[in-house]
This record gives sequence, structure tokens and C-alpha cells, in this order.
Amino acid sequence: MLRLTGLAKRYDRSDPALAGVDLTVPDGEVVALIGPSGAGKSTLIRCINRLVEPTSGSVVLDGVDIAGLSASGLRAARRRMGMIFQEYALIERLTVMENVLSGRLGYVGFWASWFRRFPPEDVRRAFDILDRVGLAGFENKRADALSGGQRQRVGIARAVMQAPALLLVDEPTASLDPRTSRQIMQLIVDLCAERGLAAIVNIHDVALARHFAHRIVGLRKGAVVFDGPPQALTAEALTAIYGAGDWAAATDDA
Amino acid sequence: MTPLWRRRTTRTQWLVWIGWLLGALAFAQSWHTIAETTEWDFVWDAPTQAADMLGRMWPPRWGYAPAILKPLRDTIDIATLGTLLALLLATPVAFLAARNTSPHAVLLRPIALAIIAVSRSINTLIWALLLVTIVGPGVLAGILSVALHSIGFFGKLLYEAIEEIDPTQTEAIAATGASRAQVLIYGVVPQVLPTFAGVSVYRWDINIRESAVLGIVGAGGIGLQLNASVSQLAWPQVTLILMAILGAVAVSEFVSAKVRAAII
Amino acid sequence: MTPEPAAAPSVWRKPAFIASAWVRWALGIGALVYLVSALGSIDIAWGRVAAGLPRGWRFVASFLAPDFLSRGDEIVDGLTESIAMTATATVLGVGLAVPVGLGAARNLSPRPIYLVCRSLIATSRTLQELIVAIFFVKMFGFGPFAGMLTLTFASIGFIAKLIAERIESVDTAPLEAIRSTGASWLQWVNYAIQPQILPRLVGLSLYRLDINFRESAVLGIVGAGGIGATLNTALGRYEYDTAAAILLSIILIVLVAEYTSGLIRARLK
Repeated sequence: MLRLTGLAKRYDRSDPALAGVDLTVPDGEVVALIGPSGAGKSTLIRCINRLVEPTSGSVVLDGVDIAGLSASGLRAARRRMGMIFQEYALIERLTVMENVLSGRLGYVGFWASWFRRFPPEDVRRAFDILDRVGLAGFENKRADALSGGQRQRVGIARAVMQAPALLLVDEPTASLDPRTSRQIMQLIVDLCAERGLAAIVNIHDVALARHFAHRIVGLRKGAVVFDGPPQALTAEALTAIYGAGDWAAATDDA
Repeated sequence: MTPLWRRRTTRTQWLVWIGWLLGALAFAQSWHTIAETTEWDFVWDAPTQAADMLGRMWPPRWGYAPAILKPLRDTIDIATLGTLLALLLATPVAFLAARNTSPHAVLLRPIALAIIAVSRSINTLIWALLLVTIVGPGVLAGILSVALHSIGFFGKLLYEAIEEIDPTQTEAIAATGASRAQVLIYGVVPQVLPTFAGVSVYRWDINIRESAVLGIVGAGGIGLQLNASVSQLAWPQVTLILMAILGAVAVSEFVSAKVRAAII
Repeated sequence: MTPEPAAAPSVWRKPAFIASAWVRWALGIGALVYLVSALGSIDIAWGRVAAGLPRGWRFVASFLAPDFLSRGDEIVDGLTESIAMTATATVLGVGLAVPVGLGAARNLSPRPIYLVCRSLIATSRTLQELIVAIFFVKMFGFGPFAGMLTLTFASIGFIAKLIAERIESVDTAPLEAIRSTGASWLQWVNYAIQPQILPRLVGLSLYRLDINFRESAVLGIVGAGGIGATLNTALGRYEYDTAAAILLSIILIVLVAEYTSGLIRARLK
């Protein structure tokens, strides 16, 4: 279980990016985080694994307070959180297999990773996961030779490879076409169900969020302004999150 | 009244004119400095001299070829070993100098940048002049001087390449719980490796050219024979040596272009 | 009935950069043999090196106490000459590089002119400055005049090549637009090409100014003027404190020049 209490972040001398967020995500729940650009969605996700250092507040994952950890403690905690990025963030010049295995870097020593000698069990799991995300036979291809959808599948495989308890997903479909977007969201939701993972998914597309998430959290100016099931996301709620607009198209779905 | 169209306003126009005037004055003064110390009789005589020299240069003295094989080999060795040594020394300097990988931005980064600046400002030949007085004449002085000047070249291009990497790739590796060293080898090294390889062969190609003249100051290689032949006025030998140098440069340029095309 | 899925393999090797094992080994062994023989052919006179080390230390130490004064006049004269050579050679070099660069652009020049300009560029770029200087000294006599010509020659090749490449990659739409107005060749170059290459040309000239100064510091070794002669003499006499003073001056001038030209180039962008 992930529990955020009073999580705040202020970049120098500007308005706070996060203004004290309280949020609890039980195991196995997929939460969609929606809100206008600049609402702090990306900052929130990055404060959880401390790619961005929070200014104050606590992040507790399965009883461990991440905000107070030392460098080595933080590395151990990060292994429990897989991250999936908008622009995939694969190592472009490495093979698909190296990218997937890089999810194990927190578990293997320096020289083993230098010589690419990962434990046999890791390699076996990597092949299984590649098969699961629909990329069997792609292990020796270079990441920069893949299409956008395939790259995002590698990104997902890398995150799942960590054997995480939680997935942090930052705009997974922003660079993909609508059909691939749905496939990728379906894959993420299925993997969470199979493995009992919780997920926080930052997403621009309200229709996708309603369709795939168990719960929706709306963020505006760094604060939670909506928290509820997809059915509860009415036009009034959307206005509270995004400001006034015509929500007919977004509320038709689901 | 028809409005006048001008490309610049009056004020910028004036500044431009003043700039040109200052430039012209500086040029005139520089020219004066040079003209003062020039023996103009020699200059007017130059066409005759050149014609005479070119006449004596042909045909090349082919019989001299065996004598320059070893120096030619030394020249290539100096360039190759010097480049390798420089690469070895410059890689850590580049990582110390790059803002995103430097372990200590206040203390170590300025030191690394200073090493790069000093190494780059001093020409290979000046390093050679210096090293010949320290380690004595020969190939060793040549290798060291090529290395000492190339460190700055490598260091600068490499640290700029490191600063230009895509930060989300390193972020993704850090997010897996990898250690700093692992982030470096997975997130940074694959991104900069092509630049490293390209810059290395490019510099090797330049160093072949540079090491061809190191012999003039006694730092090994074919420059020694070149200098000796010129001072003995043995022009047919000079022609042969120049042909050898041009050949080596052409081959190295070809190899370097091929390798760079292959890794991109 | 579906067959039992085969267990996934537990071994994976990264595919090698060079696919053929034979070529890989041949290259590896070849490189190793070359390296060993090259290292073996270095004739290191350890006695000489050992004797030189104290001198090396003395040199490093003299950087802390450089002597600008005992040969102050010679240093000032040498630096003035170097700067004068650099300035004149850059101006002349850029001036001459522009027509050569225009001539060496495939999309602008007739074939014969293209070939002549390209071979001029190739010669200038292949010959190391010092070799050119040796010849110019033989032809024009000792002194900065020969040095200035050397630097001019080198600048032409350097700048003309880059200008030609820039011109070959210019946007062709303005070329056709201006040509269709009935402009003459010179007007065409002035209106369609010049605006596209001028910022690049200014940047290159400043960059070449830096290079020319650095090079001017070595031409004195073969008698082509500049600070190099002073430095050579100082080192020949083991006057390391004077040598350190000269080197520090060179480094300082290079850094100042690089910094200013960086500022100017940044403003032009």
C-alpha cells in the first residue's frame, strides 16, 4: 500500500508545484491521475520515487518512509517501484534484452551488469515477460529500430522486470496513436491485475482514464480536487479540474 | 514625400562604419609590423626561387625510399599510440568536466576544465619542444606530445557530448534502483560511445598530419628526414618524403571517414 | 491439445558488434600484434629520461615563478609579430576563401572551376602548416612574411571548404526566386546566397582567428616569425622560467580570444 501525506514540492521562488497532497493507493488498484498541464501530475509521480526531491511531506510504501531514506536505502526502495515514461526513455543504442534486463540493475552488482552477466533466473524471466508483452523474438533488436508501440512495450517489460509492488506511469500514451494507446493501456491494466500491482497513471486523455482506471484523481494547481470512481467524474467534476468547457464528448464514453 | 527605406538605422550604420574603420586600422598596423621586418628583395625574388626549387624537385629520388620506411612507420606509431594514450587520460577528465556527471562541481570540474584549456592552448609542436628537453629526442617525446595536446581536444568534445545526452534515459535507469556507477554505464556510456569512437578516429587522422612534422624539433618520425633534406637542399629527397606524407595522410583520412560512417 | 510451452532460455548473450567471429578475431589479433610491435619499437633511453625528470620538475615549478622580465623585449616583439601575422593572415585568408569557396560549391560553379578550387582546398588541408612554412621561408626569406603567407594559405583551405559545404546545403527556394527576377549572377549571389552564409562566415573567421594565433606560435621554429622563435631559443637554453612566461602569455591570449569570439558568435546567432 502507498500512502502520501502532505506531499509538497516548491521549485525555487515559484508557486508550489504540489501543495500538500494526501493520497492512499491500496495494493492492486489502478489510479488515473488527470489534470491540466502544469497541475503537478509529473511532479507528483517523480516525488514518489524521488527523481524529484519533495520539499515536505511523507511517502510511505509498504511501511517504508521513502522521503527519509539514505542513498542506498532509496535504491532498494526504487526497486519496488517500476516507472514507465512518456517518451519510453529506453537506452536507444542497446538491445531490447539489455533494456529489459536493466530493470534488474538494482539487484545485481556492478561487474555483473558491466559484463551483462545477469543471473539465469533473471534472463528466463526476461524472456517470459517479453513473450507476455508480445515481443517474443525481439530480444536482439536495437531499441531504436522499434516502433513507438513496441518501444513502450519494452518500457513496460523493464518496469515489470523489477518485480515491483507499484507502477508509476507518466503519460504512457502521449506519443502513440489512438489504437496503440488503448492496447498499451490494456496491457498495463492486465499486468497489474495478473501481478496484483498498484499503479498511478498520469494521463491527458480523460476517455482513456475513465475506461481503464479503477479510480480517478483530479489534480489542479498542485492540489487534489477530485477523487472517486470513473462514474463519479461528471461534467461538474471536470470543470472543477480543468475549468469551464464543453464535456459532452468526454462524459459520453464509459 | 516618398519615405526613404534604409537597411539599418543611422546609429547602427555609424557603429558599423566605426567597426570597419577600427578593423582597417588594426590591419594596417599589423601589416606595418610585418612589412618592417621583411626583406623585400627576397620577396620580389620569390618567383625565381620557387621556379628554381620546383625544377630541382623533379624527379623524386626513388632510391631514398628504403631510408624513410622506418621513420614513416614511427610517424604512424606516434600518432596511434599518442591518440590511444590521450583517449585513456581524457575520458576521466571529460566525465569530471561534464556538468551532469562531475562528482564535484565546485572543486573537480574547474580543475578538469583547466586541464582541457591548457592542453588545447599549447600546440603539439610546442609540447614536443618542451618534452624533447625533458625526455630527450625520439619517438617517446613524440608520443607524449601528441597525447598531451589531444587530451584537451578529446576532453572538450567528449564533455560536450556528455552534457548533451538525453536525461530521461539516465532518469529511467536511476528509477530502477541502479547505483550511480550503473547509471553511468547503462544510461550515459551507450549514448556517448558513438561520439567517443568518431572523435577518436577523427583525431587520429589529424595526429598523423601532426606527427609528420614532429621530427623537425627532434620528436621522432619522418619530419627529421624532411628537415635534414631541406637544409641539405636535397630537393629530390624532399619530394619523395612529401609524397610519403601525403600518401599516409590520404590513407588515414580514408580509414577515418570509413570508420566514422560505419559507427553512425 | 496445445503442446506444453517450452521453458524460456536462461542464457542470453549480447550479439557481437562484428557479426563474423572470424573477422572479429582477425581484427582483434591484428590490433594486438600492431600494438605490441609499436610499443616494442619505442626506443626509450631510460637513462636520458631519468636525467630529464628533474628538468621536468623544474619546468613545472617555473610555472609558479615565470620570468617575464629578463627577455621581456623579445617576448613582446615575438607576441606582437604573432598577433600581426594572425590578424593579417585571417583577413587575407577570409578574403581569398570567399571566392574559392564559391568556386568549390557544386551547385554554383562550372565544373573546371569547381575542380581547381577543390584541389586547392585539398592541398591546403593536407599539408601541415610547418611544411608549408618551410617552403615559404625558402622562397620569401626568413621572417613573419613567410609565416603570414603560411597562415593565409591554411585559412583559405579551412574556410573555403566549410563555406562550400554550407553553400551546397543552402535552401534552394530563394535561389530560384531571385533568379526568376532576372538578376545577374553577382546580384544572385548577393541576394540569395550571401544572407544564408554570412553568419556562418563570421563565426568561422573568428574561429580561424583563434587557430591562426595558436599556429603562429610554432611557425618561428622554422624561421617564419612570431613568438615560436623566442620560445625555441628559451627552451634550447633550458631557460624554463622564460619559457613558462611565454607559454602563460600564449594560453592567456588564446583564452581571451576564445572567450571574446564565443561572445561575438553567440550574439550573431
